Amino acid sequence: MTTSMLWRAGRRLLLIAGLPAVLITAWWLATANSTNFYWPPLRTIVEVFGPTWLEGKLTSDVLPSLARLGVGYLAALALGIGIGVAIGSSTTLRATVEPVLEFFRAIPPPVLVPILILFAGIGDGMKVLVIVSGAIWPILLNTVEGVRSIDEVLRDTAACYRFRTRTRLTTLILRGASPQIMTGARQALSIAIILMVISEMFAASNGLGFTIIQFQRSFALPQMWSGIILLGLIGVALSLLFRLVETRVLAWYFGQRDTQQSGA
Amino acid sequence: MTQSPRKTPKDSDIMSIVSTLTRSTPEPAMSTDDTGQHTPMLDVRGLRKVYASGKRSVEAVRDLTFGVDPGELVCLVGPSGCGKTTLLRCISGLLETTSGEVVLEGKRVSGPPEGMAVVFQEYGRSLFPWLTVWQNVELPLKEKGISRAERKRLTTESLAAVGLADFHTAHPWQLSGGMQQRVAIARAVAYEPHVLLMDEPFAAVDAQTRGELEDLVRALWERLGVTVLFVTHDIDEAVYLGQRVVILSSSPTVVLEDVTIDLPAERDQLTTRSLPRFTELRAHVYERVQQAKQGNRPSTPTATS
Repeated sequence: MTTSMLWRAGRRLLLIAGLPAVLITAWWLATANSTNFYWPPLRTIVEVFGPTWLEGKLTSDVLPSLARLGVGYLAALALGIGIGVAIGSSTTLRATVEPVLEFFRAIPPPVLVPILILFAGIGDGMKVLVIVSGAIWPILLNTVEGVRSIDEVLRDTAACYRFRTRTRLTTLILRGASPQIMTGARQALSIAIILMVISEMFAASNGLGFTIIQFQRSFALPQMWSGIILLGLIGVALSLLFRLVETRVLAWYFGQRDTQQSGA
Repeated sequence: MTQSPRKTPKDSDIMSIVSTLTRSTPEPAMSTDDTGQHTPMLDVRGLRKVYASGKRSVEAVRDLTFGVDPGELVCLVGPSGCGKTTLLRCISGLLETTSGEVVLEGKRVSGPPEGMAVVFQEYGRSLFPWLTVWQNVELPLKEKGISRAERKRLTTESLAAVGLADFHTAHPWQLSGGMQQRVAIARAVAYEPHVLLMDEPFAAVDAQTRGELEDLVRALWERLGVTVLFVTHDIDEAVYLGQRVVILSSSPTVVLEDVTIDLPAERDQLTTRSLPRFTELRAHVYERVQQAKQGNRPSTPTATS
């Protein structure tokens, strides 16, 4: 019993950590004796990682970046869900707005950066706006779709039992659309991380993107590589956090899906 | 389907629990107006529904007039596709009528009225999958503004009455189809409606479960004195359950006949269904529904009883 459980846990760990271990080892061995200026040994990159990021730059660059990411992402969530619910609930509004939405969605957010600098300057506001302008679309469009696809019988049930507007919104609309909203939010998260970096590569005086560009321009390549690794790690951490939230919020959805699949 | 919480209570259990369920709705008395005629609980007068889309219009319901007295259990039966669902949506205020009116307790229905609960055919789609069984039953009571203690009492009692006392924390999708429909029935019962509409509630459950649920509805109806309008396409079910069976024509719908079911009030699956009178009534209703299927309709749509 215990051995089989241990064996299963070990197998799981192997599945999760196996490929990263192989990749890291390959990188380590391939660059071990590298004298190429642009491809420093992984050992050097790891050595500079701590001094580069954990002393000083953590508060001056990493945290400001994460703060802008957080504010931008949450604003995109609030706006996307709010507008999405409004559009999804009204056929007229949907017919009016949908073509325009398609147009805005098709514009790559990075091209908005120069324009946004004109309006919002080069401060935090601009960077948050860039993140919102890109991350809002998957959330908004998925919310519209989610609200539209809420079951007709469930709507009738809410109407028959005379649900108040507030309950209708929280218990019927938002919960009903939550699987699609979460899908949109997941896509939006990776877009938001990309835009956080890009917005800092334009006019900026701190932040992860800014620092990585600075390292590149001053030919501090191990440091530059360590910054890229840090970005990757942040991405992994945020996606794990997202999954944690998702399993809580959508527990009913996964449960229902599993039941239907095993019953079919 | 996972085999987790699935235990079907026996009929006898349910009946004993039902009898402990206290009646807290005042029995709707046979109200009498000034002229001395009793007024029905639910009155459908000249109801007509035309679906218009662009230039095409489809007449689903032509002219329906019938009434349901307080405390009565009336079944509506008709050939499939006869506009039963349209009719039910009009009565429950979910759909506007083209002409005619639906009057509930003397008030004209213009939206989902107070004092009415609906049990839909699609049980799996009418329960909130993100809420537990308990929350599903309790939520409408919250919306009605009922106090916490009273909500607790009503929810506990109605779940016990349908034999689901042990499933409070389960989610609907963890239950079998018949049990899900029991949750929907418990939700309707806890709401303490004056009129209970049931839209082919057992069409999607297996035959054995259907029998149990039919008896459950009879038991709850007798116990609570609630007025029930039961829509079905199953002729046996209509005759077995109802005090009256209203036979509908094919679409555009009119009333073909209003049959009084003069079977003993005490009904059970075995003896009632083997009574000669049951067979007679069943044959009669069957014949009329067959005629309706062939497009047979009365020259003047009148209700005779």
